[in-house]
Amino acid sequence: MTHSAALVERLRRDIGSERVRTDTVETTLYAHDASPMSGSTSVVCFPESTDQVRAVVLACRDHSRPFVVRGAGTGLAGGATPLDGAVVISVIRMNRVLSVDPINRRAWVEPGVLNLDLSRHVARADREFGLHFAPDPSSQQSCTIGGNVGNNSGGPHCLAEGVTTSHVLGLEVVLTDGSVVEVGGDEPETVGLDLRGALVGSEGMFGVVTKVCVRLTQNPPHVETLLFDYVDVADGAATVSAVIAAGMVPAALEMMDRLCIRAVEEYVHAGLPTDAGAVLLIEVTGSRHQVAHDTERIIEIARAHRCRTVRRAESEEERALLWKGRKTAFGAVARIKPNYYLHDTVVPRRRLPEVLDKIYRIVEEHDLLVLNVFHAGDGNLHPLIVFDRREPGVMERVLAAGQLIVEASVAAGGVLSGEHGIGLEKRDYMPLMFDEDDLEAQMALRRAFDPLGLANPDKVLPSPSGCGDGASIGEGMWV
Amino acid sequence: MAAVPTHLRDLVDEVHDAVSCGESVAINGRSTRTILDHEHSGRVADRVVSAPSGVFEFQPDEMTVRCGAGTTLGELDAVLAAHSQYVNLPGTGTVGGALARGWTSVDRLGRGPVRDVPLESLLVDHRGRLIRLGGPTVKNVTGFDLLRVTVGALGTLGFFGELTLRTRPRAIDSRWFTLDDVDIRRLTEIHTGLYRPSSVLWDGRRVWIHLEGHPADIDDTVARLGLDTTDEPSTPPHRWSMSPAAALQFELSPGDMVEVGVGLVHRREPAPPRPTPLLDVHRRLDEEFDPDRRLNPQIRRFGDGA
Repeated sequence: MTHSAALVERLRRDIGSERVRTDTVETTLYAHDASPMSGSTSVVCFPESTDQVRAVVLACRDHSRPFVVRGAGTGLAGGATPLDGAVVISVIRMNRVLSVDPINRRAWVEPGVLNLDLSRHVARADREFGLHFAPDPSSQQSCTIGGNVGNNSGGPHCLAEGVTTSHVLGLEVVLTDGSVVEVGGDEPETVGLDLRGALVGSEGMFGVVTKVCVRLTQNPPHVETLLFDYVDVADGAATVSAVIAAGMVPAALEMMDRLCIRAVEEYVHAGLPTDAGAVLLIEVTGSRHQVAHDTERIIEIARAHRCRTVRRAESEEERALLWKGRKTAFGAVARIKPNYYLHDTVVPRRRLPEVLDKIYRIVEEHDLLVLNVFHAGDGNLHPLIVFDRREPGVMERVLAAGQLIVEASVAAGGVLSGEHGIGLEKRDYMPLMFDEDDLEAQMALRRAFDPLGLANPDKVLPSPSGCGDGASIGEGMWV
Repeated sequence: MAAVPTHLRDLVDEVHDAVSCGESVAINGRSTRTILDHEHSGRVADRVVSAPSGVFEFQPDEMTVRCGAGTTLGELDAVLAAHSQYVNLPGTGTVGGALARGWTSVDRLGRGPVRDVPLESLLVDHRGRLIRLGGPTVKNVTGFDLLRVTVGALGTLGFFGELTLRTRPRAIDSRWFTLDDVDIRRLTEIHTGLYRPSSVLWDGRRVWIHLEGHPADIDDTVARLGLDTTDEPSTPPHRWSMSPAAALQFELSPGDMVEVGVGLVHRREPAPPRPTPLLDVHRRLDEEFDPDRRLNPQIRRFGDGA
């Protein structure tokens, strides 16, 4: 019996053969996430409980086989791409909301619960308390809470509310030695170091999260949704800085540029001004007088920065339509080109105009098209390079332009990723931000959790010995 | 190692020199932070150093401030107040002290925990090297979040040298209120009926509420609940952590105060030591980040257990 066959036999024995898949269709499907990178695996497991996750981890340990945990596979940086035939552990069947404490605004959930399903569950079961889970990635209809924890995900409304780490109180985790531990939890000051904080955003490299205690957020009693349009994208960006400098942190502050506005408008017909150079979508939430006060000030600031028109959502339907435009922007680009490559960097807000300008120049020099739809309030850029993969040599130009965009962002005082994570995609860019000593400290943190190095190895941290083993960027791109 | 900024040179050199000589070294700010009895190791450091002080860069439109870890919170507050901003760090000592202790003020319910405040740190490690943790922007998921682990580590993983912190806008208005004869049922009604109060404290009979925001919104709430204006209450010094549901059922002694919705009970008596969870992980962190226990040797390591 081969080593792999022995492992598969053990997995089938320990968690049931119906939860272990080895057929080509599934191993091919699970060889990549939503990123352009693909790897390889020979076995995919679908545990339904912590005990079953533990059994898979112990089997991997005993067979010295790495494993990759995966939620819905919506990650864009290759974090859930299996390398070197790693066992894929899909937690998608662990999808129960275990308990909700609406009074103290927290819930325990399994990692496979979909992000939006959690808010829907709370809204249905505890309607009178008016709660939701605040992180709202654009993929929130399909991404899982476990994936949000792994990537420390953000979303438009994380400007005021904070990203996932601010909404995770505790975790149950299976470590690579098979121990089941709880970090953080349903109390504010647990003993010891903040290992919860280390686990959030660790991209599955410290263990397998099997339960999550999340903080729930009160729904705001008052909401104003505003749309401003500008001739010049720089005026929109300057408005963003001026709003923040005036001491206001809106719930969301999103921007789309000209090409994106046109694509979205053709797609959703939200009444967006297609002759504008940029639009800002701003949401102000809170108590009645505060919302009214901030809304008026924000409108004044926008007008002072040459905003052409101010549109206020007059109904829930109009608000939903404006947000639909923002959240479906990635779908809309298919009308321009069949493929896209989405980047994710952060720059200081005040550097947005110059970095955007640089992005336009880089893309033009590479004979490509770019749409920008991004979280302007926290400087989180999402340049969306669109292309047709059938065009000879286009992938090389897309990747070269992408690298220059990342370098330009870091050179402007920014960082490699605001919410997509590092995964495989940006692993080798890490030295742009960190020197060897910095990276060694991060490696030390990983070793403390996973001395065996079995949990999702060769991601995040550049490793000369393991660089890119088995990973490839395919000719085809996902859309 | 990257070039050491001038203002950090003394700290880096002194730690490097100490560890090169086989000496241990402690860092001291203003000595305002509580170290619990069971957190003392009984050892004494060979040398004592301090972190640099000063606000190096404040960007109101970024809502970030870069400063030395030895900067006092008073000095920092004076700079930020000019632009109606603040950092969510409690107490009167230094920035580094507040983060090394990691305790949050009674406003945690509305303002969030201290661990969310730092964005980037230059940390002096056990070899006297400078390590960069985090990043300068308000949003960042580049690499592992080692910075959060250092918050509350009492300087056992490294010494904060320089920090970039998240600032926040000051509320237009900020007032404390109180209400008497509040039982659990009434307390729950109040707590769930308030929109994002900064703090709700309860002693079993009386409730204190901190409201921040627009004055007219505060006035509306006051009128709706019949609240009386009061000063910020002082809380007993010791912190008992438990689930917020358990905190409401906790048998309170006179003077005890519960942070409602958070789960801290402030008491006169110290909480009994509890075992450290994930002892193996803590031990490995001790080994990785200070194998010879040269940094803050007066502090007992988490990996040593309770």
